[in-house]
Amino acid sequence: MVDSNLVLWGQTIAYTFYCIVIILLMAWFGYKITKSGKSNKVSAGLFYSFVLFLTVLGVSLHIITYNTIPWTPVDLNRGDYTPDKTFEITVANHEFTLPDEKLLIDCDDLVLFDVTSKDLTYGFGVFRQDNSMVFQMQVVPGHRNDILWKFEKPGIYTIRSTEYSGPRGIFMILKDAVEVLPCEGS
Amino acid sequence: MSFKNTFLNGADGKFKPDTLTQMQKIVLRFVVVGLVFYGFALIEGMIMRIYEIEPIPFINTNQFFAILTAHPLVGIFGSTYALVFGAFLFLTPYLMKKPLYSVKYANRSLILLTLGTFLFWFAGFVSHYAPLYTLYWPLPADFTQFSVWGGTFFIVGIAIVMLGTVFFIINIFKTIVYTPKGWEKQPAAALFGSAIGYTGLKNTLAKKENKKEHLVPLPVAAIARGTVDMVLNTVIILFTGVLILVFMVGHILGFDLKETAIDALLYKNWFWWGLDLIADGLVLIFVAGTWYLLATMISGKKLFMQNIARAALLLELVVSWTVWSHHLLSDQSQPAILKVVSGELVTAFELITQGLAFFITLATLWAARPLKMTNPLKFLLGGLLGFALAVPAGIMQADVGLNRILHNTQWIVGPHVHVAVLVGLTMTLYAAVYILFPVVTNGAKLYSQKLANIHFWGHLIGGIGMGAFMGMAGLKGMLRRTLYVDGEFNVYMILAALAGTLLLISFLAFFINIVMSVGLKGVIGIFTRSKLDTKELLAE
Repeated sequence: MVDSNLVLWGQTIAYTFYCIVIILLMAWFGYKITKSGKSNKVSAGLFYSFVLFLTVLGVSLHIITYNTIPWTPVDLNRGDYTPDKTFEITVANHEFTLPDEKLLIDCDDLVLFDVTSKDLTYGFGVFRQDNSMVFQMQVVPGHRNDILWKFEKPGIYTIRSTEYSGPRGIFMILKDAVEVLPCEGS
Repeated sequence: MSFKNTFLNGADGKFKPDTLTQMQKIVLRFVVVGLVFYGFALIEGMIMRIYEIEPIPFINTNQFFAILTAHPLVGIFGSTYALVFGAFLFLTPYLMKKPLYSVKYANRSLILLTLGTFLFWFAGFVSHYAPLYTLYWPLPADFTQFSVWGGTFFIVGIAIVMLGTVFFIINIFKTIVYTPKGWEKQPAAALFGSAIGYTGLKNTLAKKENKKEHLVPLPVAAIARGTVDMVLNTVIILFTGVLILVFMVGHILGFDLKETAIDALLYKNWFWWGLDLIADGLVLIFVAGTWYLLATMISGKKLFMQNIARAALLLELVVSWTVWSHHLLSDQSQPAILKVVSGELVTAFELITQGLAFFITLATLWAARPLKMTNPLKFLLGGLLGFALAVPAGIMQADVGLNRILHNTQWIVGPHVHVAVLVGLTMTLYAAVYILFPVVTNGAKLYSQKLANIHFWGHLIGGIGMGAFMGMAGLKGMLRRTLYVDGEFNVYMILAALAGTLLLISFLAFFINIVMSVGLKGVIGIFTRSKLDTKELLAE
């Protein structure tokens, strides 16, 4: 199943490969430019092909992610989905207030986190035990901040504010506040 | 020459401040101010790099966040703006072949920029005012966390910088369109049309026989178009500053104004619209213009695809007005249409506009093979590489799906922001400094090529390395704008700090090289009044 770790792994591979190619290309260019060559002219055709390539690349990136990252269409069309469970969470004075001490989530549940800020702009992020991020969103006062999420793996997760809200904000961590239960028979 | 003699009089005693015109001195003063504030930002950056590994005992958390708040602003306004103002106040009249509109305005820009930057930095340093450069409402008016007096001086400092920017803007546009005393009347409207790209756009669409001559050189057109964005962002930053000041003055007078009177999401949209006119607007346009100038100066050739380049600058201007929503992809109340159209698609256009400038610059250089690998050329290639690395990183995070797991992580500020600013922008500016150095100093000799090489390699490897290690930490979940006190990401942070140390060493090499080139007496001479009574840029 595709989870955020897998998406980040794919991104790391793609971007690292690109970085190596572009660094080598610039090094090659830097070397060749100091040498005489047969032709110094760059054709207009090559230029327009490059522009076309960039256009295709820029647009196709979003088409690919929309069709491969499972949370993207869900996020953009949240109104079309009915959550299995909803957690209403409030934030005020640099503290999260959860509906329960621990948020228990059944395997394969589609969960809605509905977070309200009473004062500042905060962030709401869910993290794994190894500190890697599952997802996050901004929590803006005076507006609805809701996210639908389906956890791909059972486990215990930590909630942490992902937006700067002044020096007091660094302590906005609720360790092991979310537990996703394993599926029956697994 | 002995070391002491070189230190006092510069390399071979070739720098003679008495031979400098008023304009040359102003440019060099801007450079000195820019480098001093770059040093500020660099030291602050290193303090934060160390703090991310292990908190420093004599710096408390509030001070850390005050540094985090001041660091980008000192870097942008105190350093980059100073270098850009100095370079463009010289290049615009130089390329237009006429005197600068007002030397007095140039001096005002320098004084206000310097004073304003020092004031907001000092206010933050003393009072620990730390709402971050993002100023998300109502954080800047949260007086339970921040000193209202500190905040007031901080915002006044920013406003003073903006006032200096206004004088720069007037000076640039007036220099393009005005008629100097004793000259034949200049076609102001046609010059303005050429400067903002109207002529270039018409030429791109016109038949060959109907194409019009460009009245304004391409780099000046880039300066003018970037300055249009500067007008808009100056208005927005000034307005935002006044808004925050109203709340501060109210608090000082004992009236606590209702914070909720301002919609936090609308404010965020407004603020990012204005700020992106810098980050995704004038920076990219100025950089493209500087690449074109450097490429033509280094190669001695005409720019490849000049009309397309002019039209692309105009397109970039429009892109910069409609791109801001990529900062709000994780804001769930932001309309989906804005996320997709402005946040994703318009942002993806930057891949095209910047890629196009990248290709045109390389093609222009290629046409002049073989070239000598001079300092301006190698720094230009470094700057091009910086943007080639940073722009795609930005396009990736400006995706609804990927932003969900990248927003506010070290990925954003590492491979994207720091690589773009430190490697892309700063190396481009260094290329301009190296190429203009003999022009504005009347042929001063660079003290050491070895130091210039250390500067180049240290900056390139340090900048890319720091961005890369921050990015790796970001992909592992490390957030920016916070502290990890249990050493969760120390491996990456130690490596990033080592890369940062390379940046520091490279800057020291550059600083020593420049001081030894012009000498201590030369540095002092830059700040004395010019003995030449002329409005011309260079002495006859």
